[in-house]
Amino acid sequence: MADQVARKEVVAPAPVTHLSHMSILAPALAWLVPGAGHLIQKRWIRGSLLMGSIVIMFVLGLLMQGRVYQPNGGDVLDILGFIGDLGSGGLYIITRTFDLGHGIVAHATADYGTKYMIVAGLLNFISMADAYHIAIGKKC
Amino acid sequence: MLTLSHFNAALLFSVFASTVFGITQRDTPRDQFRYGLYCFAMFMGGLIVAGWVMWALRH
Repeated sequence: MADQVARKEVVAPAPVTHLSHMSILAPALAWLVPGAGHLIQKRWIRGSLLMGSIVIMFVLGLLMQGRVYQPNGGDVLDILGFIGDLGSGGLYIITRTFDLGHGIVAHATADYGTKYMIVAGLLNFISMADAYHIAIGKKC
Repeated sequence: MLTLSHFNAALLFSVFASTVFGITQRDTPRDQFRYGLYCFAMFMGGLIVAGWVMWALRH
Protein backbone atom coordinates (compact mmCIF):
# COMPACT_ATOMS: atom_id res chain seq x y z
CA MET A 1 0.00 0.00 0.00
CA ALA A 2 2.74 2.38 1.02
CA ASP A 3 4.67 1.26 -2.05
CA GLN A 4 1.72 2.19 -4.29
CA VAL A 5 1.43 5.63 -2.73
CA ALA A 6 5.13 6.24 -3.21
CA ARG A 7 4.86 5.16 -6.86
CA LYS A 8 1.97 7.58 -7.46
CA GLU A 9 4.06 10.43 -6.12
CA VAL A 10 7.03 9.61 -8.35
CA VAL A 11 5.13 9.29 -11.65
CA ALA A 12 4.80 12.69 -13.28
CA PRO A 13 1.48 13.50 -14.93
CA ALA A 14 1.43 13.17 -18.69
CA PRO A 15 1.34 16.49 -20.57
CA VAL A 16 -2.19 17.37 -21.57
CA THR A 17 -2.69 18.09 -25.26
CA HIS A 18 -6.15 18.66 -26.63
CA LEU A 19 -5.87 17.13 -30.08
CA SER A 20 -9.03 17.78 -31.98
CA HIS A 21 -10.28 18.45 -35.46
CA MET A 22 -9.38 22.08 -34.88
CA SER A 23 -5.72 21.21 -34.36
CA ILE A 24 -5.64 19.93 -37.94
CA LEU A 25 -8.11 22.34 -39.49
CA ALA A 26 -6.65 25.56 -38.07
CA PRO A 27 -3.08 25.23 -39.44
CA ALA A 28 -4.36 23.86 -42.76
CA LEU A 29 -6.73 26.80 -43.14
CA ALA A 30 -4.01 29.19 -41.96
CA TRP A 31 -1.78 27.93 -44.76
CA LEU A 32 -4.49 28.30 -47.39
CA VAL A 33 -5.69 31.73 -46.23
CA PRO A 34 -3.21 33.64 -44.02
CA GLY A 35 -4.82 34.58 -40.69
CA ALA A 36 -7.83 32.28 -41.18
CA GLY A 37 -6.50 29.79 -38.63
CA HIS A 38 -6.93 32.46 -35.97
CA LEU A 39 -10.23 33.76 -37.32
CA ILE A 40 -11.82 30.29 -37.20
CA GLN A 41 -10.87 30.14 -33.52
CA LYS A 42 -12.53 33.52 -32.92
CA ARG A 43 -9.28 35.44 -32.50
CA TRP A 44 -10.69 38.21 -34.65
CA ILE A 45 -8.16 40.97 -34.07
CA ARG A 46 -5.09 38.72 -34.20
CA GLY A 47 -6.39 36.96 -37.31
CA SER A 48 -7.17 40.23 -39.07
CA LEU A 49 -3.75 41.68 -38.28
CA LEU A 50 -1.98 38.53 -39.44
CA MET A 51 -4.05 38.37 -42.60
CA GLY A 52 -3.45 42.06 -43.33
CA SER A 53 0.29 41.88 -42.71
CA ILE A 54 0.94 38.74 -44.74
CA VAL A 55 -1.42 39.48 -47.65
CA ILE A 56 -0.27 43.11 -48.00
CA MET A 57 3.36 42.02 -47.88
CA PHE A 58 2.81 39.41 -50.60
CA VAL A 59 0.81 41.81 -52.81
CA LEU A 60 3.43 44.55 -52.38
CA GLY A 61 6.04 42.01 -53.48
CA LEU A 62 4.02 41.28 -56.61
CA LEU A 63 3.51 44.99 -57.33
CA MET A 64 7.27 45.48 -57.06
CA GLN A 65 7.62 42.90 -59.86
CA GLY A 66 9.12 40.32 -57.53
CA ARG A 67 9.85 36.84 -58.78
CA VAL A 68 7.77 33.86 -57.67
CA TYR A 69 9.86 30.70 -57.44
CA GLN A 70 8.65 27.54 -59.15
CA PRO A 71 9.28 23.98 -57.99
CA ASN A 72 12.88 23.23 -58.88
CA GLY A 73 15.73 20.90 -58.07
CA GLY A 74 18.60 23.16 -58.97
CA ASP A 75 20.33 25.81 -56.90
CA VAL A 76 19.90 25.58 -53.12
CA LEU A 77 18.82 29.22 -52.88
CA ASP A 78 16.16 28.60 -55.54
CA ILE A 79 14.86 25.60 -53.59
CA LEU A 80 14.74 27.64 -50.37
CA GLY A 81 13.02 30.47 -52.24
CA PHE A 82 10.37 28.05 -53.44
CA ILE A 83 9.82 26.73 -49.90
CA GLY A 84 9.43 30.30 -48.64
CA ASP A 85 6.98 31.21 -51.38
CA LEU A 86 5.02 28.01 -50.80
CA GLY A 87 4.28 29.16 -47.25
CA SER A 88 1.88 31.74 -48.62
CA GLY A 89 -0.47 28.91 -49.57
CA GLY A 90 -3.50 30.25 -51.38
CA LEU A 91 -1.68 33.40 -52.45
CA TYR A 92 1.02 31.29 -54.09
CA ILE A 93 -1.58 29.11 -55.83
CA ILE A 94 -3.44 32.17 -57.17
CA THR A 95 -0.19 33.74 -58.36
CA ARG A 96 0.85 30.59 -60.20
CA THR A 97 -2.63 30.09 -61.61
CA PHE A 98 -2.67 33.56 -63.17
CA ASP A 99 0.97 33.23 -64.22
CA LEU A 100 2.13 36.28 -62.25
CA GLY A 101 5.45 36.92 -60.58
CA HIS A 102 7.93 36.99 -63.41
CA GLY A 103 10.45 39.31 -61.79
CA ILE A 104 12.62 41.84 -63.55
CA VAL A 105 16.04 40.64 -62.52
CA ALA A 106 17.94 43.83 -63.36
CA HIS A 107 15.93 46.08 -61.04
CA ALA A 108 16.66 46.53 -57.31
CA THR A 109 12.99 47.05 -56.44
CA ALA A 110 12.11 43.73 -58.05
CA ASP A 111 14.64 42.06 -55.77
CA TYR A 112 12.96 43.68 -52.73
CA GLY A 113 9.67 42.31 -54.06
CA THR A 114 11.07 38.79 -54.32
CA LYS A 115 12.25 38.98 -50.71
CA TYR A 116 8.89 40.39 -49.58
CA MET A 117 7.06 37.38 -51.01
CA ILE A 118 9.47 34.86 -49.51
CA VAL A 119 9.23 36.48 -46.08
CA ALA A 120 5.42 36.67 -46.34
CA GLY A 121 5.43 32.88 -46.80
CA LEU A 122 7.81 32.33 -43.90
CA LEU A 123 5.71 34.57 -41.64
CA ASN A 124 2.69 32.50 -42.63
CA PHE A 125 4.52 29.36 -41.43
CA ILE A 126 4.89 31.05 -38.02
CA SER A 127 1.22 32.03 -38.13
CA MET A 128 0.26 28.40 -38.85
CA ALA A 129 2.28 27.20 -35.85
CA ASP A 130 0.60 29.80 -33.65
CA ALA A 131 -2.87 28.73 -34.84
CA TYR A 132 -1.94 25.14 -33.98
CA HIS A 133 -0.75 26.12 -30.50
CA ILE A 134 -4.03 27.92 -29.86
CA ALA A 135 -5.98 24.88 -31.11
CA ILE A 136 -4.23 22.47 -28.71
CA GLY A 137 -4.58 24.88 -25.81
CA LYS A 138 -0.87 25.64 -25.44
CA LYS A 139 -1.55 29.32 -26.01
CA CYS A 140 -4.56 31.36 -25.02
CA MET B 1 5.36 48.89 -61.15
CA LEU B 2 5.59 49.99 -57.53
CA THR B 3 8.94 51.60 -56.83
CA LEU B 4 10.10 51.98 -53.24
CA SER B 5 13.36 53.33 -51.91
CA HIS B 6 15.47 50.92 -49.90
CA PHE B 7 14.56 52.75 -46.69
CA ASN B 8 10.81 52.68 -47.39
CA ALA B 9 10.95 49.01 -48.35
CA ALA B 10 12.79 48.22 -45.11
CA LEU B 11 10.34 50.35 -43.11
CA LEU B 12 7.30 48.51 -44.48
CA PHE B 13 9.05 45.17 -44.04
CA SER B 14 9.70 46.04 -40.38
CA VAL B 15 6.08 47.01 -39.75
CA PHE B 16 4.63 43.78 -41.12
CA ALA B 17 7.25 41.42 -39.71
CA SER B 18 7.01 43.07 -36.26
CA THR B 19 3.22 42.71 -36.29
CA VAL B 20 3.45 38.98 -36.96
CA PHE B 21 6.29 38.46 -34.47
CA GLY B 22 4.40 40.35 -31.77
CA ILE B 23 1.18 38.38 -32.22
CA THR B 24 2.78 34.96 -32.49
CA GLN B 25 5.57 35.16 -29.92
CA ARG B 26 3.67 36.51 -26.89
CA ASP B 27 0.44 35.58 -25.11
CA THR B 28 -1.30 38.67 -23.78
CA PRO B 29 -2.30 41.65 -25.95
CA ARG B 30 -0.13 43.99 -23.86
CA ASP B 31 2.95 41.79 -24.24
CA GLN B 32 2.22 41.33 -27.93
CA PHE B 33 2.10 45.09 -28.46
CA ARG B 34 5.30 45.64 -26.47
CA TYR B 35 7.18 42.85 -28.25
CA GLY B 36 5.97 44.11 -31.63
CA LEU B 37 7.31 47.57 -30.80
CA TYR B 38 10.58 46.04 -29.59
CA CYS B 39 11.01 44.09 -32.84
CA PHE B 40 10.22 47.19 -34.88
CA ALA B 41 12.78 49.23 -32.95
CA MET B 42 15.38 46.48 -33.44
CA PHE B 43 14.69 46.28 -37.18
CA MET B 44 14.95 50.04 -37.64
CA GLY B 45 17.92 50.37 -35.29
CA GLY B 46 19.73 47.58 -37.13
CA LEU B 47 18.94 49.22 -40.45
CA ILE B 48 20.38 52.58 -39.39
CA VAL B 49 23.45 51.03 -37.74
CA ALA B 50 24.12 48.86 -40.80
CA GLY B 51 23.75 51.92 -43.02
CA TRP B 52 26.32 53.87 -41.03
CA VAL B 53 28.70 50.88 -40.94
CA MET B 54 28.53 50.62 -44.72
CA TRP B 55 29.10 54.38 -45.01
CA ALA B 56 32.15 54.10 -42.72
CA LEU B 57 33.57 51.20 -44.72
CA ARG B 58 33.27 53.14 -47.92
CA HIS B 59 34.92 56.33 -46.62
